[in-house]
Amino acid sequence: MSIDDWCPTASLAHLQLRAEILGQIRGFFSKRGVLEVETPVLSHATVTDLHLHTFSTKAEIPGLGGPSKLYLQTSPEFAMKRLLAAGAGPIYQLCKAFRDQEAGRLHNPEFTMLEWYRPGWDHHHLMDEVQDLLTMVLGTGPAERRSYSEVFSTELGVDPHRDDAESLRRRALEHGLEDIGGLDREGWLSLMMTHLLEPTLGRGAPTFIFDYPADQAALARIRHDNPPVAERFEVYANGIELANGYHELTDAGEQLQRFENDLNARRSRGLPEPPVDHRLIDALEHGMPPCAGVALGIDRLIMLAAGASRLEEVIAFPIGRA
Amino acid sequence: MPSFNLNQVKVGLKIMMGNDPCVIVDADFVKPGKGQAFTKIKFKSYRTGRVNEITMKASDTVEGANVVDTEMQYLFNDGAEWTFMDLETYEQLTASKELLGDTIQWLIEEDLCLVTLLDGFPIVVTPPNFVVMEIVETDPGVRGDTSGGGNKPATLISGAVVRVPLFVQQGEKVKVDTRTGDYVSRA
Repeated sequence: MSIDDWCPTASLAHLQLRAEILGQIRGFFSKRGVLEVETPVLSHATVTDLHLHTFSTKAEIPGLGGPSKLYLQTSPEFAMKRLLAAGAGPIYQLCKAFRDQEAGRLHNPEFTMLEWYRPGWDHHHLMDEVQDLLTMVLGTGPAERRSYSEVFSTELGVDPHRDDAESLRRRALEHGLEDIGGLDREGWLSLMMTHLLEPTLGRGAPTFIFDYPADQAALARIRHDNPPVAERFEVYANGIELANGYHELTDAGEQLQRFENDLNARRSRGLPEPPVDHRLIDALEHGMPPCAGVALGIDRLIMLAAGASRLEEVIAFPIGRA
Repeated sequence: MPSFNLNQVKVGLKIMMGNDPCVIVDADFVKPGKGQAFTKIKFKSYRTGRVNEITMKASDTVEGANVVDTEMQYLFNDGAEWTFMDLETYEQLTASKELLGDTIQWLIEEDLCLVTLLDGFPIVVTPPNFVVMEIVETDPGVRGDTSGGGNKPATLISGAVVRVPLFVQQGEKVKVDTRTGDYVSRA
């Protein structure tokens, strides 16, 4: 442990910038009539997503009938959707989210997230608002919008909706990636995204990528085109992924089915199988208005605003000093 | 040796890549918010100094290397084997002429060197960053020229050839940077 281990890794100027940006964001939503909400960070259920690793803790809470296991949220999505189902209208939240097994230049296991929902909007309408927010904070101009399919086909000659794992592998090798054994379709697409495409996206103005392969739908609704696409988007600035949004799935039965598919995939890979959030399913059953929602990484946003290149330059105490 | 997964690799970790002992010099974690995690690691070969890169996925592991750096004193050589001694344990070991390569020209008896061992056997010997050696042969410089400007080859007692300023004479001792082979000053 070094002698200055107690010191913040971020400069005070960057911490002031952080406070300023958080203030701007609250002003942005307040002007637009979006309600700030708070939901629990600790929950009895959690996400089933294959690639998210949840922190959990044992709890002894009076009135809960004995010891229980609680999970730290990976995002406030489920609880915010329950508020939407309860008729909250447009809502946003600035909160901490937690993801185990993630740390690096652009990852800290505990990070600040901005998440918001717009009832009645689709993902394109929400992209307009994300662009307004980025313009306010980063001063960037109008963003470009490219479909996932167009980006992969133009830049890499890949059909991301139809190509199987083997043909994706061949293309990846042609583009200079090494042969990583045992990747599935989604694995090769992830690899090409992080290694080949991401660094080129959002140079100058931000880039929105929209309409993902249906097998990467996560919690987005699937539009039954040919091929079917997930109504999902991500936004990139300066080669960095900043946000992920959906035209949200509202169908309780399909949501439950996706959770169960995730759990089956987890079982076959020997990953933990967390409890499904039945309160979310019940809320969807009750009826959540059609809406679009997005989660944006605030630490990365501040990093870009500061012209910094590592998250630790804008986080007072990253995990190594927490 | 233990093996290390994507969450355990970090800069400074010593690993085996095939039969080649290497040290990790850079590790970059990448993960799309909703996708699979990868770690790109750059590793440098102890033997060749070359840097290569691989990408690891979540279920991949790399094998650790039992590599230890030890400070040892260079004692003597018999023309084929060079002998070094650990000053704490007095244990001695030898390194072949082939293994040492160009390093031989910087080895001075009793100097402390860094000997890198793989499973107890030397794989790299790093001489001190600076050594002082006598010039055994160089052309006489122009008398009175002490200004610098221009240099000439000089052969040191070990056989190494370095470029020295014109005013430096045969029989003088000079300080040399062994990492670059450059003359530093008169000693």
